[in-house]
Amino acid sequence: MKKTREGFGRALAELGKTNPDVVVLVGDLTDSTMVSFFAKEFPDRFVEMGVAEQNMMTAAAGLSLVGKIPFLATYGAFATCRCADQIRVTVCYSDLNVKIGGAHGGISVGPDGATHQALEEFAMMRVLPNMKVIVPCDFEETRKATLAAAAVWGPVYLRFGREDVPVVTGAATPFEIGKGILLRDGDDVAIVACGVMVHEALQAAEALAARDIQARVINIHTIKPIDRNLLIQAAEDCGAVVTAEEHQIHGGLGSAVAEVLVRHCPVPMEFVAVEDRFGQSGKPAELMAAFGLTADHIVTATEKVLARKVARVY
Amino acid sequence: MFLLPTEEAHTMTDTTERKNPYRLPVDQLKAKSLELRRDIITMLVEAKSGHTGGPMGFADIAATLFFHELVYDPKNPKWPGRDMWFYSMGHMTPIHYSALAEAGYFPLKDLMKFRKLDGHLQGHPSSLDTPGVEVSSGSLGQGLSIAFGAAYGSRMDGHPRRVYALLSDGEHEEGSTWEAAMAAGHYQMDNLCAIVDYNNIQIDGHVEDIMGLAPLGDKYRAFRWNVIEIDGHDIAAILGALDQARRCKGRPTVVLARTVMGHPVSFMSDQFEWHGKPPKPEEGDKALAELGTTYAEWSGRLLNN
Ligand SMILES: Cc1ncc(C[n+]2csc(CCOP(=O)(O)OP(=O)(O)O)c2C)c(N)n1
Ligand SMILES: [Mg+2]
Repeated sequence: MKKTREGFGRALAELGKTNPDVVVLVGDLTDSTMVSFFAKEFPDRFVEMGVAEQNMMTAAAGLSLVGKIPFLATYGAFATCRCADQIRVTVCYSDLNVKIGGAHGGISVGPDGATHQALEEFAMMRVLPNMKVIVPCDFEETRKATLAAAAVWGPVYLRFGREDVPVVTGAATPFEIGKGILLRDGDDVAIVACGVMVHEALQAAEALAARDIQARVINIHTIKPIDRNLLIQAAEDCGAVVTAEEHQIHGGLGSAVAEVLVRHCPVPMEFVAVEDRFGQSGKPAELMAAFGLTADHIVTATEKVLARKVARVY
Repeated sequence: MFLLPTEEAHTMTDTTERKNPYRLPVDQLKAKSLELRRDIITMLVEAKSGHTGGPMGFADIAATLFFHELVYDPKNPKWPGRDMWFYSMGHMTPIHYSALAEAGYFPLKDLMKFRKLDGHLQGHPSSLDTPGVEVSSGSLGQGLSIAFGAAYGSRMDGHPRRVYALLSDGEHEEGSTWEAAMAAGHYQMDNLCAIVDYNNIQIDGHVEDIMGLAPLGDKYRAFRWNVIEIDGHDIAAILGALDQARRCKGRPTVVLARTVMGHPVSFMSDQFEWHGKPPKPEEGDKALAELGTTYAEWSGRLLNN
């Protein structure tokens, strides 16, 4: 178990060594976003912006104009909702090289409650032209995603979480922006997940296998641009798809997958996501169960989608 | 025209020969501002939509910036040695574009395609469409932050560039403007100069009636800025302020430039109705007559250049 936000922080410290253009901005959340590693080693390239996220976002735009690769860090809820206009008009419309680190994504933030549990970022960010949206599943993948974000031109939104989460990928697992990863093969149903739900999806697949249901598990760490080919192939081979994400049901991963499949290979689909409501305080694991975001919920959704597949209900 | 940003274009190296390509003296700057005003009226009559009053009032400042102060190369808009300027008030495109065209960034005839589908001049500036536009804008209250970031990054590199944030008075009602003002004061950004088009006008009326802004100088001073107040139509005063800003160390400078919306056209002056509408052809004729030309003459000049 390890924190995804630590993957972000460690990668920035690595980038500090390898790429002199990388600059980090923070909105009074140095430790909790774990940009502290970078701040300590590269104080000259670290900018404390105070509690002023809108200014931080647009200042990052200005830094990118003079050749810097600015990474900014704050909680995802504030990075997206508070700065939506800055991201839309200044960052995306100008296609600037701004990297947005959205910490404390999802319900698993826990006791801080709904205000701090970002559940809307996939929808808000993926609707913007030029924006890339990456949702890594564990420490190692967050690290790689952060390095990859620095290497690609243009706005990138990176979503990571607060809590320790299981390690699914290793140092050798490939990571390429926009390329989904087939984690487990199977032909009965495809489970497409991102973020912490990747681990839940693998557990669900295990449980399903015990019942002779072979589930394909796909890690879609990049929601935009999404790996269409991998998704279409999965739908063709399996004939049923379940998506799983720690995000609102509207506009997130499920929607993005559906947008591809309805046009290219319509199959029955079920969504595991937060059902259009705000989060609340609680322990992370309790909340994941209460909001329907566990392996068990994926199994239930799979049963539903398989029933529809058999009955040919689309 | 589509200018994709490239990494090479953004690396800062060659800073030799840093000077304004024109360096016009005061009398020629006055003549230039008259030309810019004729451009504004003419392109707006042709476009049949757009903002007249603010751009007219800002013409003396724009002429001074583009034809004396700013360091740039119109044939190489991404030249690493350039100064940077940000029209935070995106609706000022008529003065922004006419200054860019007169400075040589693109042909004058392009001005006659302002706001049209087959032109590259969007109603509000788009950096991916128009050379010389660093950042897209049109949502007020963001330019000072962008300028702060560009100034901060330039200072990190020891780059001699100066960064200009061109702000309206109305957008000081946006909280984000003050976030940026606070950061620039805190970080002592003396390579940053903000110029406020202080015309006391916004869409719904006079700024002081809509949302009292005074004393704006005191507000900036409280945010640790160097404050210079001038008549924004007095070119010698504008030059003096820019020079004083350059010599001020340890603090960013704001030039509060008192301007008259629509200046000097009699029926537009200080009329907030002229914030966002173009002159009808007859109004355009009247305005151009006051500016010493005709629509036929000036549109001909634009179309043939
Ligand atoms: C964030 C934002 N809100 C509202 C508008 C619509 N709008 C355009 S200009 C303007 C204010 C005009 O006042 P000022 O900026 O002083 O410009 P002037 O009228 O002096 O040209 C408004 C409210 C906008 N462009 N951006
Ligand atoms: Mg005004």
